[in-house]
Amino acid sequence: MTAPLEDITPAERARGTSFYEASARTRLELLLDAGSFIEFIGPEQREVSPHLKIFDLPEQFDDGIVVGRGRLDGSPVFVAAQEGRFMGGAFGEVHGAKLTGLLRAAREIGSIPVLILFDTGGVRLQEANAGELAIAEIMRAVMEARSVGVKVIGLIGGKSGCYGGGGLIAGCCSALAVSEPGRIAVSGPEVIETNRGVEEFDSRDRSLVWRTMGGKHRRLLGAADVFADDNVQDFREAALELLGLVGPFGLDKLKAEQERLADRLRRLSTCFDAVDIWTAEGIAHAETVPELPADQFIALADRIGRISRDAR
Amino acid sequence: MTLDDILASLFPDGHEVRNDRGVLLGSARLRSGGSMLVLGVADRTALGVDEAIRLSGHVLKSIGRDSGPILVLVDSDSQRMSKRDELLGLNEFLAHLAKALIHADMNGRPTIGLLYGHSAAGALLATGLATRVLVGLPGADPAVMDLPSMAKVTKLSMEALEEKARSTPVFAPGLSNLAPMGAVHMIWSHAAPLADQLEALLADMPAARDRRDALGKARGGRLKAAEIAERVRDLALQAR
Repeated sequence: MTAPLEDITPAERARGTSFYEASARTRLELLLDAGSFIEFIGPEQREVSPHLKIFDLPEQFDDGIVVGRGRLDGSPVFVAAQEGRFMGGAFGEVHGAKLTGLLRAAREIGSIPVLILFDTGGVRLQEANAGELAIAEIMRAVMEARSVGVKVIGLIGGKSGCYGGGGLIAGCCSALAVSEPGRIAVSGPEVIETNRGVEEFDSRDRSLVWRTMGGKHRRLLGAADVFADDNVQDFREAALELLGLVGPFGLDKLKAEQERLADRLRRLSTCFDAVDIWTAEGIAHAETVPELPADQFIALADRIGRISRDAR
Repeated sequence: MTLDDILASLFPDGHEVRNDRGVLLGSARLRSGGSMLVLGVADRTALGVDEAIRLSGHVLKSIGRDSGPILVLVDSDSQRMSKRDELLGLNEFLAHLAKALIHADMNGRPTIGLLYGHSAAGALLATGLATRVLVGLPGADPAVMDLPSMAKVTKLSMEALEEKARSTPVFAPGLSNLAPMGAVHMIWSHAAPLADQLEALLADMPAARDRRDALGKARGGRLKAAEIAERVRDLALQAR
């Protein structure tokens, strides 16, 4: 069944487009109100990494991140989308500074929320020191923005997941939406295996990777508040839902997060595998969670999954 | 200098800092009067969920109860690389620690990091790099990632990486490479009592605003970051 292109509404196109497969630019185009996106320092300005040539690596004219503003259901939003297909979406000097500048403007304005479409392996190792520091600056800028009431929402469902320092930035956001392939972690599977051996973590065991770091586990744990199916429209709806739910940041949130995380350690500290955690959380036949289709999983998560939006 | 030497040199009027399996918690008296909350990671301990929750709890308990600056001592491994820590959501625990430190700093409890040994990756982000002023002691050896892991991720040989590490400050490990980026504000000297240097810093703390990108530009280590951030900020403000 192929309808002529002009007959397809933007929402239908967004519904039919895999977030995982789409480029950063396609994600933004379909996530925001049609035609509303304005980019800051676009590829025509050719602001490339000053460091990649040292390694004889190709540059990209946007350094792997697209930042700008647009509208979501008519309301202004700032957006940043990482391109996971360029250098694994990793944070380098220019890449990171674009997000830092966006967050600083959001803090000054105070009322326009920020959506971050993460798709990153973490620090870009070829410019490791600049990338590490860029992440520290972004974390600071997220918290400064949140402290004056800016909502910072993370959307995670890209090929490169949200690893390393990206995972720490995600932990600083007001709320997260995640899809099943949207992995969130600090150490990547290969890094754990390299340092601790294959007995600790077999990076080639894909089902182990998904259930330890993937979106379903993060949603059940309360690390992410909304589970999205893998299409851009679902992420758009998740972003709108979260923007309506999150409140201002303050000391009460930090104290509640301390209690939330301490409680998690008390309850789940000795679990060896995600299936043990899901069982401990009261899920019958927890081993079937990875196979559940999105609608059934969302119903399960709404019933049993933990919520963190007042405690992060 | 051992940790005990460092603490004695920092706080000649005494301190109650305990080292419990690499987690430092306590407070100290300042020579100028008042007290300082002290926390940190010692003995090159990996920063995992169990360590991070105690450190963040120490900061949060102090907010509202005490006053004065906060010192974060750092001689850590990287984040703990394990299935268990990732399963339990290590990214949330590390972010939470950083958030507690940033919140304290923005609300009248200025934070200072003192990097006196090793640190790397997520552990450095959650501790020293989450403070307002990061100080290095001579001999400290921070790194973003160890070279074997870097070789695995970048698919470059160890030899190629070691060769590049010698010639490329933006990527190479070490205090002398991190400082030009603006990450490390100053390097103290062992020649003078650390208490004198701490006192001088506390008397002249920079404003809470994050100026590390400007520092990196002034030092020639990060020439683009400040300018790019400023340009995006200006464009975003104009588009209002």
